[in-house]
Amino acid sequence: MKKNDLILQTTTKVVTFIIIIFAIHLFFAGHYTPGGGFVGGLTTSAALVLLLLAFDIKTVSKVIPFDYKKVAASGLLLAIVTGLGSFIFKVPFLTHTYSYFNLPLLGKTSLATVVLFDLGVYLVVVGVTMTIIQTIGESE
Amino acid sequence: MNVISEIIVGALVLIGSLLTVVTMIGLIRLPDTYTRSHAASKSATLGVLFILVGCLLYFWIETGHISARLILAIVFVFITSPIAGHLLGRAAYYSGVPLSDKTVRDDLKTKQQKKLTHHE
Repeated sequence: MKKNDLILQTTTKVVTFIIIIFAIHLFFAGHYTPGGGFVGGLTTSAALVLLLLAFDIKTVSKVIPFDYKKVAASGLLLAIVTGLGSFIFKVPFLTHTYSYFNLPLLGKTSLATVVLFDLGVYLVVVGVTMTIIQTIGESE
Repeated sequence: MNVISEIIVGALVLIGSLLTVVTMIGLIRLPDTYTRSHAASKSATLGVLFILVGCLLYFWIETGHISARLILAIVFVFITSPIAGHLLGRAAYYSGVPLSDKTVRDDLKTKQQKKLTHHE
């Protein structure tokens, strides 16, 4: 019997956006308040897992066509490159810096290079979690 | 923080916790899965919502800070908690959990039987 998942699928379409927006908020809030790359990555993969629960695995990989192993690899690469970038300025490995900029709309904002490292952590967490879940889900 | 806002916030949190207690009593006292899921999904949602609204008002009045996360949490719980109740009840029905002895009508069952006889 084919089951009717209309209620679950409609709710998922709304709720996934809320979860992903909250994950992005957690990611960018991590410098001054609780949050950061790890929690943001886990929350994003929670949203993707919710999509996997409501729809089947082929639909989700068609809508979000990422190879998650490559996502994890690019996150690691980004983290290493951020660390190596400090060598250009003749400072030790993984030295980070920050500065204040006047952005349009946001006003005076401090932009730190730690965010790039955190983006690497974020990509690794999303990649590893989704690889684990997709591997378990596909095996029969 | 003046007396009126103190009373309002206190009343909201108290009502919320009372509703949660009512949920617990319902979970223990009600006879079968479906009535329990009715108790758990309705009054627990409203209890959590009351506590969150009280919390939002408290920090708004006390520190002047409107927490966007709390508003988001209120919307999120309001959307997802009834859906969770619906999915639990549906999973229980299709895996054959029996209804209570006092049940007088089962519309889903009669509808399915009608569909089966219609096909034949």
